[in-house]
Amino acid sequence: MLDPQRIRDDFPILSRRVHGKPLVYLDNAATTQKPRQVIDALTRYYTTSNANIHRGIHTLAEEATAAYEAVREQTARFLHAPSARGIVFTRNATEAINLLAHAWGRAHVRRGDQILLSTMEHHSNLIPWQLLAKATGAELAFIDVTDEGRLRIDQLDRLLTPRTKVVALAHVSNVLGTINPVEEIAQRAHERGALVIIDAAQSAPHMPVDVQRLGCDALVFSAHKMLGPTGVGVLWAREVVLESMEPFLGGGEMISTVELRSATWNEIPWKFEAGTPNIADVIAFGEALAYLTRLGLDAVHAHEQRLSVYAIERLRQLEGVTLYGPTTGPRGGVVSFNLQGLHPHDVGTALDAEGVAIRAGHHCAKPLMRRLGVAATARASFYIYNTLEEVDWLVEALQATQAFFNKPVRVHD
Amino acid sequence: MIEQLDELYREVILDHFKHSTHSGELPNAQIKVEGANPLCGDELTFFLRVDGGRIRQVRFLGKGCAISQAAASMLAGHLEGKTLEETRRLADAMKALMRGEAIDDSVDLGDLEALTGVRKFPVRVKCAALSWNIVEQGLNDYEGPARSSTHA
Repeated sequence: MLDPQRIRDDFPILSRRVHGKPLVYLDNAATTQKPRQVIDALTRYYTTSNANIHRGIHTLAEEATAAYEAVREQTARFLHAPSARGIVFTRNATEAINLLAHAWGRAHVRRGDQILLSTMEHHSNLIPWQLLAKATGAELAFIDVTDEGRLRIDQLDRLLTPRTKVVALAHVSNVLGTINPVEEIAQRAHERGALVIIDAAQSAPHMPVDVQRLGCDALVFSAHKMLGPTGVGVLWAREVVLESMEPFLGGGEMISTVELRSATWNEIPWKFEAGTPNIADVIAFGEALAYLTRLGLDAVHAHEQRLSVYAIERLRQLEGVTLYGPTTGPRGGVVSFNLQGLHPHDVGTALDAEGVAIRAGHHCAKPLMRRLGVAATARASFYIYNTLEEVDWLVEALQATQAFFNKPVRVHD
Repeated sequence: MIEQLDELYREVILDHFKHSTHSGELPNAQIKVEGANPLCGDELTFFLRVDGGRIRQVRFLGKGCAISQAAASMLAGHLEGKTLEETRRLADAMKALMRGEAIDDSVDLGDLEALTGVRKFPVRVKCAALSWNIVEQGLNDYEGPARSSTHA
């Protein structure tokens, strides 16, 4: 079991106060805080080893290259990927999906083909496919969600057709906390010959992810949602998939030979890393992966499960609270809710005054908001350093919020 | 919590949020204009009945946070009886106030003055500003681009 109190000591920001109150940071699905180990790695890199990678002949360049490539290996192990050749560093998960939609999509998707998504996708796993559909004349199809926020797997037989070229799905919903059965979906999609892409932005940070067991063809996530710095995303894809794609961006680093009017490409994965990459942040991300691996992703998941089950139980006891997403069974550490008669932005402002940071809005999932019949929700999302006491603070702050907005006011003339 | 929130959600704002006297539609409105803050989902539609260069009646429909809905209610009440020119000056004054600038003393803000508390909450300024941005757009549509360009 995790010891969040000990973990908190590694996170300098958690000791700060907001509006005179101790910070209760419950916006981890947006981005997580960074442990000292990651912050130090950034400083250490710039202090001791800064150099451009892959081309220098000097010591610093060799050190930087070795450190950068070591994180590629580490990322492959983290995902139980067969080889580091399948790991491409991008700017974030969004860029990784755009890379796939562009480089794979333009090569393999034709007019009349279908792209299968779900109505719970983050805009980052929706808009790139809309762009591809527009460019190719392909059609988008969607797996709906139940009122409880689970995928309508019963629709798969109808939705998966020989025309389905690609299935792109969130592993865990950033709004509902639903853990989708991607293993089963991948298997059934493969029976139809479709490529399976998993958006692991809300799963890789929080639970064990084994790309071979999931059976997907590609998987993406962002470093900053898992203790790492901003500006680093990961694309893993089966080597045969990467080999089948033309480059996404052109420039230095991704080439093998260059003539004035033609060029040949570097090997994978470097073929997809044009220009100087985010060396420092990738290297610091290695510390984040090491930190999570030390804790154990099973323990991380169990901790968050405990927090979200407790939060749901306490929120249910409050009057005028509507919860969204599954309330039973395994789920991610994301809890969305609304207070009766109050817009989540007002709730967010009131909680902030109490030092409690949550997210309020549509969470970049507008179609899902429409499906739920709301304009927006409030969302608390947990991570390794959150405690049961912080859930209590959240609940107390929500009660204070209700009391504030429900107090009687003088009626104006 | 209370002291801080009181500054943003003054009593008059909460009152307008809960008991707006100007919500509804005007079927015979000369100006019907809608707008939204796409990032937070605040939505408002204003109906303005204009006669002889003066706004005679205002109603609005909307959904969103307390600030956006209260601002709409307060603005609606305040605009009735104002000339279009006065309305533009009021919108300009509110924008200036939100930027923390001094404004022309001759502009009567009425209840709207209560919205100045939003300045200390930068992310909420757009909630308050939605109303007068929409009304300004409505005037531009009504009076035409030539007229509105002199106010750009």
